[in-house]
Amino acid sequence: MRRVAITGLGSICAIGRDVPEFARALAEGRSGIGPIQSTDVSQIRFPNGAEVKGYSHAPYFEDRRADFLDRFAQFAVIAAREAFADAAIAWTPELCESAAIVTGSCVGGQSTEDIGFRDVYKLGQNRVHPLTIPKTMANAGASHISMEFGITGPSFTISTACSSAAHAIGQAFWMVRSGATDLAITGGSEAPFSFGILKAWEAMRVVSPDTCRPFSKDRRGMILGEGAAMLVLEPLEAARARGARIHAEIVGLGMSADAGHITQPSADGAARAMRAALRDAALAPEAIGYINAHGTGTPANDPTETTAIRAVFGAHAGRLPVSSTKSMHGHALGASAALECLATVLALRDGILPPTANYREPDPQCDLDVIPNEARAARVQYALSNSFAFGGLNAVLALRAA
Amino acid sequence: MSEELIQRVIKVIAATKRIPIESITIDSDFLALGIDSMDAVEILFELENEFDVNIPDEDAREVRGIRQMCQGVERLLAAKSAAPGKAAE
Repeated sequence: MRRVAITGLGSICAIGRDVPEFARALAEGRSGIGPIQSTDVSQIRFPNGAEVKGYSHAPYFEDRRADFLDRFAQFAVIAAREAFADAAIAWTPELCESAAIVTGSCVGGQSTEDIGFRDVYKLGQNRVHPLTIPKTMANAGASHISMEFGITGPSFTISTACSSAAHAIGQAFWMVRSGATDLAITGGSEAPFSFGILKAWEAMRVVSPDTCRPFSKDRRGMILGEGAAMLVLEPLEAARARGARIHAEIVGLGMSADAGHITQPSADGAARAMRAALRDAALAPEAIGYINAHGTGTPANDPTETTAIRAVFGAHAGRLPVSSTKSMHGHALGASAALECLATVLALRDGILPPTANYREPDPQCDLDVIPNEARAARVQYALSNSFAFGGLNAVLALRAA
Repeated sequence: MSEELIQRVIKVIAATKRIPIESITIDSDFLALGIDSMDAVEILFELENEFDVNIPDEDAREVRGIRQMCQGVERLLAAKSAAPGKAAE
């Protein structure tokens, strides 16, 4: 089996319009959480989110092109452009024909669908916009990446709620590792700030009324986020041969299902996914030097994840830095794992472990080294990125410093 | 607390959780009734509809049993009648 290098990075989210800005924000522990501006939230119980502030398609897409893309698909294309430019891919007809696209999204273009539903149900109109279907479909991000770059190889989208992008990156990793493809672009994108979607999250009673404080005793829930992150994957040998910059390697994917509750997390399911990732990477638990946690900041997730990490890592858990970058970029649902995988790549590459921002008070149920509030300089060779979704479908990525 | 209010709360819980109404009393707790966090969120939604009130997340988080839930609803109804037309916002 081939080793898999990450040679291109791209992102757009609340804490950065591109990867250098994202990296700076993580290093500074700067949170992108603030009052939601893109949607009227006067009738929503929570006022805050992690939006791409002041976003307009104008610098990125011509008006007519933008008509065809929901905001979530725009983010996917924007991140893919940056990732491909970063990787300096020299496209050939053969490469276009074999390259793969694997994206993750949870709600896809439901914001567009929300408008259509408002038109027929609330405004009593007799028709919805004809682009409602092509803008809503969750694979629209992958489709528009394929069209923009002329990529005609295997392309698909995975939707596993908050694990979507981890499952997507994991599949792309396995495809490159096995030789099924020689190049993949993979990640996730999401744009859930639409009134109907926000109302549904309000009804779940899991969104914080102020901010996201993972692992802190006074945490009050998650904060929704939006954006995208994309990675370019290639066989390590080929990447070295063409002199590409190698940001990090992906070395393992672990997946599991809780088979328990539709929303309550399970420590056992989470632990099995982490163990499976270690097994896939042929790593001992002691080799791991950093975990980017799922760390939603809900009362239920953080103690459960702590229990799972302690079960997998034993005594090593006491020396293992763990942080949740959701405290800064928010919970971007199907894009979340891509942003967090990117944060993990940057931690390995730059030797800076990102902090858990907004942290105030130790919780005995979350007694890990959570890197409170300030980034930490540390050279780490291996790291995990955890994703544990609603529905109990878990995915964990193992990464290695280049 | 009026018996009528208690019975309305119990009826909502029985219908939502799909359990016999006889299995619930004012002294039942959620754990014994097998009501988990998602059930509880659903019950709060149905109670908001039944009584036309808004149940804040923070108040809801503390509720562990039927009596507490009835007291909470009673409090919200009292606040609503003190400020007519405001409570449903």
